[in-house]
Amino acid sequence: MTATTVGYREYGRPRWQRILLTREMAIVGLLLLTLLVAGLAIPYFADRLTVYNLLRDMFATLIIALPMALVMITGDIDISVGSMVGLSCSVLGLLFSMGVPFELSMVLVLLMGAAGGLLNGALVAKIGLPALAVTIGTMALFRGIAVGLLGTSTVTGFPQGWTDLTKYEIGYTGIPFIIVVFLVLFAVFVYLLNFTPFGRGIYALGLNSEAAVFSGVNRDRTRIILFVLAGTMSALGGIYWTLLRGTARGDIGDGLELQVIAAVVLGGVSVFGGIGALYGVVAGVLLIGALSSALRLVGVTAEVIKIITGVLLIGSVVAASMITSFQNRRKKVTAAPSQTSVAEPAPSGE
Amino acid sequence: MVIGSGTPMLELRGVSKRFGAVVALRDGELTLHPGSIHAVVGENGAGKSTLVKIMAGLYARDTGEFKLEGQPVEFRSTAESKAAGIAVIYQEPTLFPDLSVTENIFMGRQPVARFGMIDRAAMRAEVIELMTRLGVTIDPDRPTQGLSIADQQIIEIAKAISLDAKVLIMDEPTAALSGVEVDRLFAVARSLRDEGRALMFISHRFDEVFSLCDTITVMRDGSYVSTVATDQTSVPEIVRMMVGRDVNELFPKLEAPIGDVVLQVRGLTFPGRFADISFDVRAGEIVALAGLVGAGRSEVARAVFGVDPYTAGEVTLKGAPLPAGSPAAAMQAGIGFVPEDRRQQGLVLESGVATNITDAIRGDLVRGGVITRKAENAAAQEWALALEVKAAALDVKAGTLSGGNQQKVVLAKWLATRPALLIIDEPTRGIDVGTKSEVHRRMSELAVEGLAILMISSELPEVLGMADRVLVMREGRITAELSRAEATPETVMFAATHAAEEVSA
Repeated sequence: MTATTVGYREYGRPRWQRILLTREMAIVGLLLLTLLVAGLAIPYFADRLTVYNLLRDMFATLIIALPMALVMITGDIDISVGSMVGLSCSVLGLLFSMGVPFELSMVLVLLMGAAGGLLNGALVAKIGLPALAVTIGTMALFRGIAVGLLGTSTVTGFPQGWTDLTKYEIGYTGIPFIIVVFLVLFAVFVYLLNFTPFGRGIYALGLNSEAAVFSGVNRDRTRIILFVLAGTMSALGGIYWTLLRGTARGDIGDGLELQVIAAVVLGGVSVFGGIGALYGVVAGVLLIGALSSALRLVGVTAEVIKIITGVLLIGSVVAASMITSFQNRRKKVTAAPSQTSVAEPAPSGE
Repeated sequence: MVIGSGTPMLELRGVSKRFGAVVALRDGELTLHPGSIHAVVGENGAGKSTLVKIMAGLYARDTGEFKLEGQPVEFRSTAESKAAGIAVIYQEPTLFPDLSVTENIFMGRQPVARFGMIDRAAMRAEVIELMTRLGVTIDPDRPTQGLSIADQQIIEIAKAISLDAKVLIMDEPTAALSGVEVDRLFAVARSLRDEGRALMFISHRFDEVFSLCDTITVMRDGSYVSTVATDQTSVPEIVRMMVGRDVNELFPKLEAPIGDVVLQVRGLTFPGRFADISFDVRAGEIVALAGLVGAGRSEVARAVFGVDPYTAGEVTLKGAPLPAGSPAAAMQAGIGFVPEDRRQQGLVLESGVATNITDAIRGDLVRGGVITRKAENAAAQEWALALEVKAAALDVKAGTLSGGNQQKVVLAKWLATRPALLIIDEPTRGIDVGTKSEVHRRMSELAVEGLAILMISSELPEVLGMADRVLVMREGRITAELSRAEATPETVMFAATHAAEEVSA
């Protein structure tokens, strides 16, 4: 083969189209629009305290949405995250009330979260059960233990230094300090998903798991690691809620899994796996948060907010599948002739 | 030249189809006569599939005439085409796996008896009659799950006959069939021809085209080239018309110096799949695993690569034992694997060309802890160029490429790993003649460069043309090892159909 300077174009579309014409950008746009409209039309929405409360309330959803996005990109799902939040609250309270040093208690809770994720992952990857079935089971299991451990009692009196940390505001910006923690975690997950061989494997598994295995992706290990990450982040979310409220209860995080999954799907992760980006997921979480916050300010009840969130979620899934089928139709019509129409990149040796 | 007589069953003249700016079919022409089997040949992208889809009512043509039994027709849906008597049998039949053979044949048009109940007895009786007519034995009550592709095609054909299809179009029906199954399909096709139906047959295998069809239409680059009677033409002439040039040598095998043993397999066994498999592959050597479909060839290859387990035996690469069941370890040791089913196992169709080419070397592209799109594109650029993949850009989804180009992407993906041993399962299945000889040339060159190649192939000319040594498998065992000189169609087929004792006797 003689080397030639003739090469392939790296991308079929210009850069601005690749960046702007994505599902994620549509959600970012929708988020910005919501913020703009709500900020102008609703009194107090743009207020420092509103922003502060919004970000504080969404923190657990944000950090759990990160591993959830990865789990869903491989084509799995983890329904047990909300219950793991509750279980973490209970166990943290129990350990603390038994006199275990608080820092040690937190470490133990994180380890328990990882162990819970390992249980999910092992059942899914090693035994081969569907993720949905397994995590519905562990959702009930974790919640049952969480409520059973503490009963109707609550634990309070956590160290002031730690509880204050969750309430600390950076200057007078309305941005809580814990957002820094989130940003660090976000960077770690973006690195993992988009800049490592492991992340390439995650996408490949979601699109065609058989081809991924043929390419040397360790399917079982990848799935288990992601469930462990989901469990660990859920435990961190549980610790956060406990500190923020100052009390440990077993029913914390009830329904959180739905909010997380809704945000991940809204943020552009395909329910069939293989497609998605983390910035879209963050935009999805913030959109749900901003919307419910705005609606609450104008006096809409919690039930109606739930209905609106549900409609939005279904709308986004329908929109995504409509876009996909539209693209497939276009692909179909371009697929057949593409073999004859494209340019030969390099002169062949023949 | 006049071929056939009387009113043609189906006639296409000057048919074109364009999608946006691209022309898929420029000038399609086809005349099918009753009582004839008509082959349509051409490289991938020649417009055969578009032609079929227009006849099937899937695409509407832009220009041209389309006549059925002399009457102009205009199909707006596949249902209309079916109702008019055109049936298409695809390479991969689409049946309902959990339903019975009978239920599949009558799907959507079950006969109704009293009280609107489905008349099961009538259905069953007709299926038995159909099967007898076709001369095959398939239990009408069994679910279609687990039936071979060949049997599934027969069911599709039975369905077409029960609908009284006048035109039967078979799009590469033999690609996944073994020799015996092909013979049975051809017997069925001939009996349908003798009943006065018009058959159209698309295949890349010339021996089949020449043994089955009476007329051949050649297409190239979306246009009609010529229609000839089979007994008045030859393979070289057809190939010349297809590619528009002479292809002197279909299998350009180069002499390669044979080096040290690269792969050593000893006593490899997995009950029910293969037993006591032992062989070596040396550097510079192309070893073919031949045999009928289902003989266990792919299973052996998959076990060597670690995708499937094995219960006994050992695999050694360049003297170092390879752990079982780990594709990652196999890749690390220097094995590349181009799998049989490139769409399902070889490629991530929804991903771009660059991602696919770099999927197997993603670990090597890490610089300073990160993989970047830039590094991927640079590596992909190199290998796509080396294999002359035809693609508009590196982020074009692999699924949109032609079969031949997809295979080049898979080859690029594995050559990028710079393997010591390359296992290629069906290197040229479903790809056009031009690309086929290109793949063969490439394999030959790689052997010269010192690569050890283990090739699995169901095409005898490919086995005989490419291999330095041929291992023949039958029912999970190696029944013969033939040198290049010893391997002939007769010796290979004999070993593929007889037990080892008979072969050596």
